[in-house]
Amino acid sequence: MSESVALSPALGSFLARAHEGEARELLARQGLPQRRLEAWRYTPLRDVDRIGFEPPAHVSLGEAEALLARLAPEARSGFRVVFVNGVLVPELTRLPEAVILTAPDAPLLADRPLSVLNSALQQPGLSLTVPAGVEAGQICLVSLVSGEEPVSTHLAHQVTLEKEATLTLLDIQSGEGAYLANPSLTVSVAEGAHLTHLRVQQDDVRATNLTLVNASIAEHGTYDSFTLTLGSRLSRHEVLAHLGGKHATVHVNAAQLLAGTQHADLTSVITHAAPDCNSRQTVKNVLMDAAHGVFQGKIYVDRIAQKTDGYQMNQALLLSEKAQIDSKPELEIYADDVKCSHGATVGALDDEQLFYLRARGVPYDTAKAMLVRAFLLDALSLVTDEAAYALLDQRVEAWWLNREG
Amino acid sequence: MPAVTETREAVETLGQSTYKWGFETDIEMEFAPKGLSEETIRFISARKQEPEWMLDWRLQAFRAWQAMEEPTWQKPEYPAIDYQDAFYFAEPKKKPGPKSLEEVDPELLRTYEKLGIPLHEQAILAGVEGADQAERLPVAVDAVFDSVSVVTTFRKTLEEAGVIFCPISDAIREHPELVKRYLGSVVPVSDNFFAALNSAVFTDGSFVYVPEGVRCPMELSTYFRINARNTGQFERTLIICEDRATVSYLEGCTAPMRDENQLHAAVVELVAMNDATIKYSTVQNWYPGDENGKGGIYNFVTKRGACRGRNAKISWTQVETGSAITWKYPSCILAGEGSVGEFYSVAVTNNRQQADTGTKMIHLAPNTRSTIIAKTISAGHSDSTYRGLVRMMPKARGARNFTQCDSLLIGDQCGAHTVPYIENRNMTARVEHEATTSKISEDQLFYCRSRGLSEEDAVGLIVNGFCKDVLKELPMEFAVEAQKLLQLSLEGSVG
Amino acid sequence: MNDFLKISGLCAQIDDNGTPKEILRGLDLDVPKGEIHAIMGPNGSGKSTLSYVLAGREDYEVTGGSAHFMGEDLLALEPEERAALGVFLAFQAPVELPGVNNANFLRTAVNAVRRARKEDELDAVGFLKAVRAETKHLHMSDEMLKRNVNVGFSGGEKKRNEVLQMRMLRPKFAILDETDSGLDIDALRIVAEGVNSLRGPDFSALIITHHQRLLDYIKPDRVHVMAKGRIIHSGGAEVALALEAQGYQQYLEAVA
Repeated sequence: MSESVALSPALGSFLARAHEGEARELLARQGLPQRRLEAWRYTPLRDVDRIGFEPPAHVSLGEAEALLARLAPEARSGFRVVFVNGVLVPELTRLPEAVILTAPDAPLLADRPLSVLNSALQQPGLSLTVPAGVEAGQICLVSLVSGEEPVSTHLAHQVTLEKEATLTLLDIQSGEGAYLANPSLTVSVAEGAHLTHLRVQQDDVRATNLTLVNASIAEHGTYDSFTLTLGSRLSRHEVLAHLGGKHATVHVNAAQLLAGTQHADLTSVITHAAPDCNSRQTVKNVLMDAAHGVFQGKIYVDRIAQKTDGYQMNQALLLSEKAQIDSKPELEIYADDVKCSHGATVGALDDEQLFYLRARGVPYDTAKAMLVRAFLLDALSLVTDEAAYALLDQRVEAWWLNREG
Repeated sequence: MPAVTETREAVETLGQSTYKWGFETDIEMEFAPKGLSEETIRFISARKQEPEWMLDWRLQAFRAWQAMEEPTWQKPEYPAIDYQDAFYFAEPKKKPGPKSLEEVDPELLRTYEKLGIPLHEQAILAGVEGADQAERLPVAVDAVFDSVSVVTTFRKTLEEAGVIFCPISDAIREHPELVKRYLGSVVPVSDNFFAALNSAVFTDGSFVYVPEGVRCPMELSTYFRINARNTGQFERTLIICEDRATVSYLEGCTAPMRDENQLHAAVVELVAMNDATIKYSTVQNWYPGDENGKGGIYNFVTKRGACRGRNAKISWTQVETGSAITWKYPSCILAGEGSVGEFYSVAVTNNRQQADTGTKMIHLAPNTRSTIIAKTISAGHSDSTYRGLVRMMPKARGARNFTQCDSLLIGDQCGAHTVPYIENRNMTARVEHEATTSKISEDQLFYCRSRGLSEEDAVGLIVNGFCKDVLKELPMEFAVEAQKLLQLSLEGSVG
Repeated sequence: MNDFLKISGLCAQIDDNGTPKEILRGLDLDVPKGEIHAIMGPNGSGKSTLSYVLAGREDYEVTGGSAHFMGEDLLALEPEERAALGVFLAFQAPVELPGVNNANFLRTAVNAVRRARKEDELDAVGFLKAVRAETKHLHMSDEMLKRNVNVGFSGGEKKRNEVLQMRMLRPKFAILDETDSGLDIDALRIVAEGVNSLRGPDFSALIITHHQRLLDYIKPDRVHVMAKGRIIHSGGAEVALALEAQGYQQYLEAVA
């Protein structure tokens, strides 16, 4: 089959830059995902399709430093890897000696449009391995974009933890301008290894963020992730987690705080492909103004995956008449001896709670803020690392003050 | 663990070992020409002595259908259906004008007997009034034998109350203004592929009209049977409740054993006005096919109710144990302020059965409420999916939904899936959804058995308990039957 | 003339599934400064509605009459403004606030009220000192401060928590809405002591109850009988005793 979709401005600009190969062919054939694709029904990339994206301009070291200080102050100290406009800034990067930089070989997932796009335009990202038994501490992965023209970056990161290694990856995405950030992260957690992935997405509210995380977790391994989405006009955070060995654990927790006309989509597919695995998911949406939150979460339990323990909770708080939420929690189960459940609630702030607080003299706005923070707590409190929790909490606080002020 | 193995074996035979409703009645049939064309539709319309407008309506639906594509988004898989290789009309030849029950073909009555139509109803059909009948709430039965309603009991009593309960083909002739006004008003002709097909070729079904302020004096019941080879069954049911009217309608379905798959594409439309209540209950145990998935009914049905008036209420209850494939979403459009939609469902699948069922609750008006309770039981190599949509539109201030979906897996070769869609466009609307998937607890089984219950009794007990929240919604007449059906399916599987 | 709490001809209704339902039908009530009054009445007489209307709950629509507190039009104020002014409602069933830390809640409330009263806010240390003094006084464990507001509290603990809030917020006028319902004798005593400890020339209270029991511990200056949304009889403490002995019937007949 030849190129069968009409060449939109976005697609045209992507194909002009794409690497030759299978990904490019798929991209040409499929185009960007639209509403008729079930997995994209709530987040069609119609508006993105209308924009022609350029490769971003080079940024001087001085500018990069200034951007880092402005957008990711948390990365001031400690180990970090800094990408600006899709390119590594070695001068700002400090890695622990124990980790090994490797050549990336992220797989192409033909049925995942974000993988196709990222692969077709791939830029080398962070690719590291934590050797067996090494406790690598925390590394901050900072991806910043700056540019007035619509530009796009397509970093492909890869993080591999060998047997019983541990790492905390603090992943900060931010920028200035109407850009598209389309990173991918391939995670491989070996037996008994433990990766904590804390992601803060605070891109420019004019920007688009399309992130794909593809994680595979081996026996007794843990991939513990939390995403805080505050930025972007349109974003999709897609997580594929494959539990491939007994007693593997995955957490895909998230909080999305949206205002204005922001649209944020958290989509996850958790595949239990081995017995005795554990998956946990708590996702909270706080929606103001005309914001639109989307949650799609699928737990797939293979025949072999007996004694699966799967739990998923998705809650949305609507704070404005125009806010909207679409939620699709999904269970697909082929093993009988499992314990799987999901829940979803959608609604406004509880009037009774609000009244109780006000009757005790707490002003309306403060009362509202307290209840919103309380609502988020179930998700945020799942971040056990104190420093990381403080960081997320502080970002939430700042976001909220910014909204209210 | 032997207990579990036995249980599995027990349950794997669910519905298959003795399909006690598998028999065939030998009554001479009259067929429409094979295949689907304008000619077939004209034949059906002419045979039913329909007015011109009805024929036009059918032809319009047919043209819409021709332009449509068969859907593919569902979970069940089935071989392509050749719509030209089927008969769309089959009518049992009858003695002229069976006006009284005595004149009913005795063969038909025997069929009802074999069907297991409750005794008192048989008595009603046979015209024998038992002494114990006096205390019972009578049930009016509109029996659909293949495509034509053969006899309608209690038509007179109902008429006195002002209730119209008749075959829809009669209604088309006798109450054209009502049919014209409401037919296709809830499920438009081009709503979906199978609804369009039904609109073009529907042959019979029931029509109920309950006028303002009337509480229908009895439960209305209909039994569907699919009897002739290769005849699709395309019933059309239309129920209208005017202001402050109420009706409870029971639908029961069985079909004899067959080799070829048979398509059943019914359309049910309900309309409830101010303060009206419609309760629609279904027990469906059509032939599910054998243990290898050969044969069995394709049950692709469009059921939808519109709460058009203030505080109107539509309640769907279904117990689905039969059919090779069940694919339907009895839905409610809550357009009247304060109106209520309910969906209570038990779906049991076994062997190679597939079910994809659930509901849609569309909240259009303020203070509308909906409740969804869905229980799914999968055994053998079967696959069962709950798929449901709850949509709160911008005007649905203060609307509420509560959804509870529970799945039970018996054996490790089956699947159970839950796919809810929740769409909220109003901050004051509240949606709560809960779902669980589990297996029969060993503790419960052990507890029951240590109290002396046999394994299959224990499983039956637990399954019935699991379904209790739904079964209790069924009218008494059906609750017993449905419970027996669940129990019977498990019975006889051991020893 | 009383210029403390003055309610005249108060009418209020609630939306009952689309149709308005009148609950208060021209209620008159005066509570002078420094006095404790009790309102007794059968179920459905509108006692709880009165407390909610005075505290500013939005579900109730005031359709007539007025309520003034220290010269201010109470009904025009937001709930938090009423709290700042010194009105305190002890809830019959205090709502749970999952995720909201009790100490943090209390400190936010205390400081919001202090700010509104143009007093200095309490810093963390000052607040902790103040709250510890109160919890000790109420025989409450500090553990309760670390928990979420009312979440998993027993009935008695909830009531204690209400009294703690009352003592911390130092109201001028407290409404106790059936605070005694479902309380054991110890908890009842704590509530009563909480009120009695605030008793003085600058503190008034309205005790809503339908048992005499609580009034054994808090001696009311006046007792009002409420029925069908109005005060139908007022008198001294002896009214409560008469009610206990003879029931409401005599008063209901008198107005009928």
